[in-house]
Amino acid sequence: MKIKALTRATSVQQAPGADVHKAPRNLAPEIHPFERAREYQRALNAVKLERMFAKPFLGQLGNGHVQGIYSMCKDKNDLSSVASGSGDGVVKVWDLTSREETWRAPAHSNIVKGLTFTNDKKLLSCATDGIKLWDPYIKTTEGNENTPLATWQEGGPYTSLSVHRTGNVFAASSGQGCIRVWDLNQSSAPQTIQWPSFTDTITDVCFNQVETSIIGSVASDRSVILFDLRTNTPVIKTVLKFAANRIVFNPMEAMNLAVASEDHNLYIFDARNFDKAQNIHKGHVAAVMDVEFSPTGEELVSASYDRTIRLWRRDQGHSRDMYHTKRMQRVFRAQWTMDAKYIVTGSDDGNVRLWRANASERSGVKSAKQRQALEYNKALKERYGHMPEIRRIDRHRHLPKVIKKAGEIKREELSAIKRREENERKHSDKKFQKRKSEREKAILAKQQ
Amino acid sequence: MEVADKISAALARVEQPNGALAIQNTRTEFRSKTEVERLRRAKQAHRQYGRGRGIDVKTVKDKKLRRNLTNLENKYKTATLKAKEAEILLENQAGFIETETELERTYRVRQDEIQKDVAIEVAQKGFELKLDQLGPYTCEYSRNGRDLILAGRKGHIATMDWREGKLGCELQLGETIRDARFLHNNQFFAVAQKKYVYIYDSNGVELHCLKKHVEVSHMEFLPYHFLLATLSINGQLKYQDTSTGQIVAEIPTKLGTPVSLTQNPYNAILHVGQQNGTVTLWSPNSQEPLVKLLAHRGPVRSVAVDREGRYMVSAGQDNKMCIWDIRNFKEAVDSYFTRAPATSLAISDTGLTAVGWGTRTTVWKGLFSKARAVQEKVQSPYMTWGGDGHGVERVRWCPFEDVLGVGHTDGFSSLIIPGAGEANYDALEVNPYETKKQRQEGEVKGLLNKLKPEMIAIDPNFIGALDLRSEKQRQADKDLDAPAVDVIEEMKHKARGRSGALSKYLRKQRKKKIIDEKLVRAEEMRKEMQAKREEQHKEKQAELGPSLARFARKD
Repeated sequence: MKIKALTRATSVQQAPGADVHKAPRNLAPEIHPFERAREYQRALNAVKLERMFAKPFLGQLGNGHVQGIYSMCKDKNDLSSVASGSGDGVVKVWDLTSREETWRAPAHSNIVKGLTFTNDKKLLSCATDGIKLWDPYIKTTEGNENTPLATWQEGGPYTSLSVHRTGNVFAASSGQGCIRVWDLNQSSAPQTIQWPSFTDTITDVCFNQVETSIIGSVASDRSVILFDLRTNTPVIKTVLKFAANRIVFNPMEAMNLAVASEDHNLYIFDARNFDKAQNIHKGHVAAVMDVEFSPTGEELVSASYDRTIRLWRRDQGHSRDMYHTKRMQRVFRAQWTMDAKYIVTGSDDGNVRLWRANASERSGVKSAKQRQALEYNKALKERYGHMPEIRRIDRHRHLPKVIKKAGEIKREELSAIKRREENERKHSDKKFQKRKSEREKAILAKQQ
Repeated sequence: MEVADKISAALARVEQPNGALAIQNTRTEFRSKTEVERLRRAKQAHRQYGRGRGIDVKTVKDKKLRRNLTNLENKYKTATLKAKEAEILLENQAGFIETETELERTYRVRQDEIQKDVAIEVAQKGFELKLDQLGPYTCEYSRNGRDLILAGRKGHIATMDWREGKLGCELQLGETIRDARFLHNNQFFAVAQKKYVYIYDSNGVELHCLKKHVEVSHMEFLPYHFLLATLSINGQLKYQDTSTGQIVAEIPTKLGTPVSLTQNPYNAILHVGQQNGTVTLWSPNSQEPLVKLLAHRGPVRSVAVDREGRYMVSAGQDNKMCIWDIRNFKEAVDSYFTRAPATSLAISDTGLTAVGWGTRTTVWKGLFSKARAVQEKVQSPYMTWGGDGHGVERVRWCPFEDVLGVGHTDGFSSLIIPGAGEANYDALEVNPYETKKQRQEGEVKGLLNKLKPEMIAIDPNFIGALDLRSEKQRQADKDLDAPAVDVIEEMKHKARGRSGALSKYLRKQRKKKIIDEKLVRAEEMRKEMQAKREEQHKEKQAELGPSLARFARKD
């Protein structure tokens, strides 16, 4: 008779000489009962923890401005520099790491409309009294006020500025319906491009980051116009249903551009095909004042007149997050930092605020264990994200009462409009027309 | 396996009588040897570690969905293969007894012979405790098998780290004890005393008196849900959450004094053996039993479920022991006989079944096996013990050890049964060698991942599954005002051919031995219909008059 009974050597639990206890695994499914239920429970915990840790607001920069902030820009070659221009014409440059003001100048006599860093670390600002070039890295001393390096006044008033991706070239949109492009290396007259006999104010101008000689602009007559610098001609003009406040190009995909519209929506267009929008981001309850793509082009941030900022995934219609604070007024500018980890906003109350791009993420070095746990939680969330409880917790955001109410009113109004349209359709010739998709509706007309 | 063997045999040329060379072992498969081997491994891994049948990706029309599903399926496949590969890391082998000659029988091997044969530290695991004053004793092990609780009916409680031989606490309660059980770890235990259930900590300090649980005869603890389930003499089944103290459910079983209770470790359903021979299945989410199973003629003395939740063994007053396939509620094989009614049953990690009956304990091996399609009847037991005049009260397997604990009238005996325990434990699940720190961390993790009582169902994997009912059906279910569809009523009208749907249903259901509300209703209905027919027949007979009455037609 052969007999062997189960024995476990002491080294199974603890290797000789080690003070670490071994943790042998056995992956047989029968000794892991309720795996689905337990995994679901862990996913639920993970999503709850994520919401618990969601503290997006980091703080304000310095003491802000005396008046509202209506223009803002970041230095693309420096992670920590951000400039902001306020309603009283003061321009300030901030250091993000210390959250302090590093440079200031009473640049203009009224609202600073446009602000941008050039590629050689100079700062351009524009207002109705002209465009000025500054060196923000010169230390300000008492009694020695900053003076601009250069000024351009002809052809104004200017409404917005944009700088070329690589060259020392900048474009300014004028209130006379044209765009002027200066080369800072040459003291020649600016290049002027204009849609034939177009005289409305161009409110925003933007250089394409990939196809670097393409310029996009939006004008007060609801049109989006693209220009090509190489041929010095306008390319296409599209008239939208509502006026747009801001245009930006996707920094990774040359053809895609985002437009922040007065009708509370963001529109993504493909510049090759202006027949319909590629995507509509809905969620704001007031006009969208600013939009920007994250450096990878995967996400967007938008600032709105409803006192909130929203973060969007490029391919989803609803926002993934919404930030607000009690004291933040109408938000006019929102910017990603170049590492896509933070967001800087400027609002009507004169404060420059710093936010996390991912509300529950914490900066700092994480241990391997922590990283593993975070990754595991992320995978769990992805796997069980469709479960009603988890989805509810994940999507829930506290909304200020005003915004919630405004959203409800808006929903009601929209449904009333829709109902009216449907009724009209039923009892008129329109019933023979094909329905237009929401994405097509945004566009009124196209001119080549 | 066969194919691989055939291919791995070398090619051989065999000379025929006519001088021709015939080649044997030619390759008839189009697949290469490595490919066949790979497929075999994948299949084996799937059988062992797979989670059911995969999705047929080819039938999916949506391109994006198909891509995602394919990725997912591949991920699952690699996971099973990886798990299979990780088997080389398993350190321990299970024990065994093997006969070397035809005349040897494993059930003749006595405990002292085993103790002589095995290593000294194993031999120490077999011991006897003589406690003949306050017996009979019930015994329970903690979840990791490290601690043992002994409860004498006349009021003696002792917990001990039995491997070290260290006594944890000893209490003389001075009143009847019906059951005792550890909670989620060895720090707490619950005792069903004369009137109430009490919870003590490891030092024997009374922490709680659960006054809601009156005259409890059986207890079970559901470790993943932190639920203490108690069954009282008057048939009340109560679930209490031991982490929050809330009573989760109170269910009257309404079938008289229950005789036995066990839990299905796979889905946390409670199996209650009743006086009338039925085994009823309960979850805290239903006031009615989920299933009623007619298992025996006479009270069901004991019930046990294997850890995978596939098989149930029940023993009754009728001297029978039955093996049930509880996934489709059929008897897996013909029943076994016990010479005296069994008092206690237990199934070990590896599927050994211990039966305590009279003064003896018998261990059966291979009563059921998930690898076999049809279960065979085992002719002789694996091991036996007893006959010394101690009436066996309770048998319990020690988890992760080759040890069977037998509580009897004269104390407690720890038997060595080779091949009973799970050799390779998972330290992150239940760790028999855990340190204090690990135990504390495990407790916190367990509480964080505590499952809700609503998650208890016959199929524990229903969470996250797709709702496959049609939209119409779902809408109909939501409609609360709709009159309920009566299946039995429908069956009455569906009679087709000679045997109506109702009688067909009854015939089939009787064979299954499941009594539920539906069956009872069906039987009633049938009786009603028969009576009606009878009446009609009589009327016809009366119409025709006494002489012609016999020509009245029956329909």
